[in-house]
Amino acid sequence: MSHTTMNLKVKVWRQRNATAAGGFVTYDVAGISDEMSFLEMLDVLNERLITEGGEPIAFDHDCREGICGMCSLYINGKPHGPWQANTTCQLHMRAFKDGETIVIEPWRANSFPIVKDLTVDRSAFDRIIQAGGYISVNTGNAVDGNSLPIEKAKADDAFAAAMCIGCGACVAACKNSSAMLFLSAKVSHLSLLPQGAPERKTRVLSMVAQMDKEGFGSCTNTGACEATCPKEISIANIARLNKEYLGASLTAE
Amino acid sequence: MTFKQMFTSSVGKKLVMAFTGIFLILFLVVHAGLNACIWAMDGGLMFNKAGHFMGSFVVPRILEIGLFVGIFLHIIQGYMLTLENRSKRSVGYAVNYSKGSKWYSRSMAILGTLLLMFLVMHIYHFWTPSRLGGMGNIKALDTFVLNGVEYHNLYGEMQLIFENPFVVILYVLACGSLAYHLAHGFQSAFKTIGVHNKRYHTLISCIGYGFAIIIPLTFAMMPISFYFKWVN
Repeated sequence: MSHTTMNLKVKVWRQRNATAAGGFVTYDVAGISDEMSFLEMLDVLNERLITEGGEPIAFDHDCREGICGMCSLYINGKPHGPWQANTTCQLHMRAFKDGETIVIEPWRANSFPIVKDLTVDRSAFDRIIQAGGYISVNTGNAVDGNSLPIEKAKADDAFAAAMCIGCGACVAACKNSSAMLFLSAKVSHLSLLPQGAPERKTRVLSMVAQMDKEGFGSCTNTGACEATCPKEISIANIARLNKEYLGASLTAE
Repeated sequence: MTFKQMFTSSVGKKLVMAFTGIFLILFLVVHAGLNACIWAMDGGLMFNKAGHFMGSFVVPRILEIGLFVGIFLHIIQGYMLTLENRSKRSVGYAVNYSKGSKWYSRSMAILGTLLLMFLVMHIYHFWTPSRLGGMGNIKALDTFVLNGVEYHNLYGEMQLIFENPFVVILYVLACGSLAYHLAHGFQSAFKTIGVHNKRYHTLISCIGYGFAIIIPLTFAMMPISFYFKWVN
């Protein structure tokens, strides 16, 4: 396979801390292999910045295997870059052309405040999960998962929803900064399973209340979240969440 | 949980939009159906009789109050939601993400505003002469008596209003806004009230697109028919 190197211009959002004013800085990055991952390209740039005595660009990353949900980055106007069903860490430089200018921005949403440069605080998602995104097993031993029969189609739908890695790309892509795709995935994967049934109603009400408290916007079903989701979470989950909410709020005391 | 809490949450506010939206969709069916009487080719007699029925029978009069409440709620809630949603991202992007969604799904507030502007003009043209005896340049409707019953000549009013090509163009453009507003709004409303089954979703999307074409096209043909004198 042929191997090429490229020279790029990288336009990055730099911001010293949460309160400082930020702005774009353009860097020339030379000799980038098309086999590198996008984050490796940023590593190369950061090493150079450190060698030159500058401040490296802060960005989130962890597993670099596309499963942890830590990486973010809004690349050339799309969360996680140009590829479909892909995380930034799994984006490779062959997606770009020699001489191209790549614009990198952080997730933009008031509920995801910038910590530094491209790193944002996504703890709002943790607090939404803490509000009800779990099942309570308060006594006895953990039940054997296989002791409860679950029909295949439901198990598949629940698993597809549970694929959500909580990266926040849905919020970043949404014109309303809505967290509904994330929330609907978390509510759906439990409400589809018998284990999630006992707390089904309280779960959806508390999680929606927490989402509103965190300051996310309302969903207008544009579909931008689904189109950009690295795990291809279906927007049908949002409709399911709406049904869960309507049922729970109508029948709650 | 109170009803206030239910309808003021982010999901509840959308439920208000969806329920009022579906009510307005039903209204459009009635409105288009009744107005289609202009094509009865009887000099507007059937249309005027239909108009008389709607204006004099108690059920449509009660529904009319519901219609004004529904439109008012849909407009106010729509604007409040739009402003609120915009406030959730103080610093915008340098490069916008436009490929993931259709332009009209992102432009519901603008399309809705165009429809509101049209609505003011439309009410001025036809509702004020019928209910308030006219306003400004619009005079009270002519009347005629048939079998001892006095009818408003709403058909004659349509002929008069749609003589002006500028008005006809505005009406047709408004129908375009309505088409795109419905193209997103119809299926979005059903998603909001919780229709998630793939089979129903596909069905509703198809009906929604069909509705978004047929209803605005029917409305657009009305001023065009009068302007080109396709109806007598």
